[in-house]
Amino acid sequence: MRSFIGKTLRWEWRDSMIELILDHEPANEIGTAMLAELEKFVGAFGALAPETSVCIISSARKSVFSAGGDLRELYHRAEAAPERERPAGVREFLERIHAVLNAIDAAPFVTIAAVHGICFGGGFELALACDLIIADKMARFAFPELRLGFIPGFGGIPRLKRDLGNAAVRDLLFTGRTVNVSRMHAVGLVSQLAGEGEAPRIARSTAAQITKLDAATRAAAKKFIKPIPHEELRREIDLFCELFTRPAVMAALKKFVEESRPMPYLA
Amino acid sequence: MRTLEQTTQEVLDLAAKHFQLPAGSLSPGDDFFKKLGIDSLQTLEMLSRLENHFGVELPDYEVQGVSDFKTLAERIQSRL
Repeated sequence: MRSFIGKTLRWEWRDSMIELILDHEPANEIGTAMLAELEKFVGAFGALAPETSVCIISSARKSVFSAGGDLRELYHRAEAAPERERPAGVREFLERIHAVLNAIDAAPFVTIAAVHGICFGGGFELALACDLIIADKMARFAFPELRLGFIPGFGGIPRLKRDLGNAAVRDLLFTGRTVNVSRMHAVGLVSQLAGEGEAPRIARSTAAQITKLDAATRAAAKKFIKPIPHEELRREIDLFCELFTRPAVMAALKKFVEESRPMPYLA
Repeated sequence: MRTLEQTTQEVLDLAAKHFQLPAGSLSPGDDFFKKLGIDSLQTLEMLSRLENHFGVELPDYEVQGVSDFKTLAERIQSRL
């Protein structure tokens, strides 16, 4: 499928490049609707890969790349299920999102996250699955999950550990603070800084350079450079499920969903 | 090194510019949530602008509970 327009995202293939644009109100939260369309997206990789050099992932939403997993939906689904069935429901969702992010991580072409604005939690984890992050000067990154009593569950910790020094990982996780793009560039997570609103243009310019590389060499190099931490990803799912359904977390999430503000964990 | 008064003035000027208000329309004691009517997303945008301008990092938890420009300027000043 060379192009697709869904309810939460759209993509288009052109000149050996795929552009995936997230566009889901209000803040590109990743819930079951976006997950289903992301599954459709990675399902198209097999057909598109032989003629694709680069994929750019960006957002059409103002001031937001993605605010992360749809915690309101996750909470309501967990709350509606009998208590003993909650872990299985959460695990099923996590298995699906991990399969999508692992497919993006291992794609045989180069993936670039072109980030502007908020890039939190699951949105940050989506960006971390990409090979390069190009971010504009208003981008902010955060893993606020520990503020709610659980851990990032979309593969964030293993991928952060792969890409960063452990001290930087601890800073992000244990403070849950929002971090500006200069810091993320300084620690090496953001490869290029862009002016406000310029991340997609700079990502396209970078993509044009990457298309000049020999396809087989590029794919082999990627496989060699960027191993997927499968074992740690499995352990993260187990730990997330163990922590997520504790009464204290459900209480924190209840408080969260009853807030009308977009990101109450930052209050 | 900036004085606190200079930092406060720069914060006011930046906020006025970002929210397209006339210069001089904001005062150090103003409650910026009430005066600007901003939500958490806009607050983070403002935080990015302040960090970029002053070259500091301001963890969001450090400005929690801060609602006036003067106290915000004090938080920035302590990191300059």
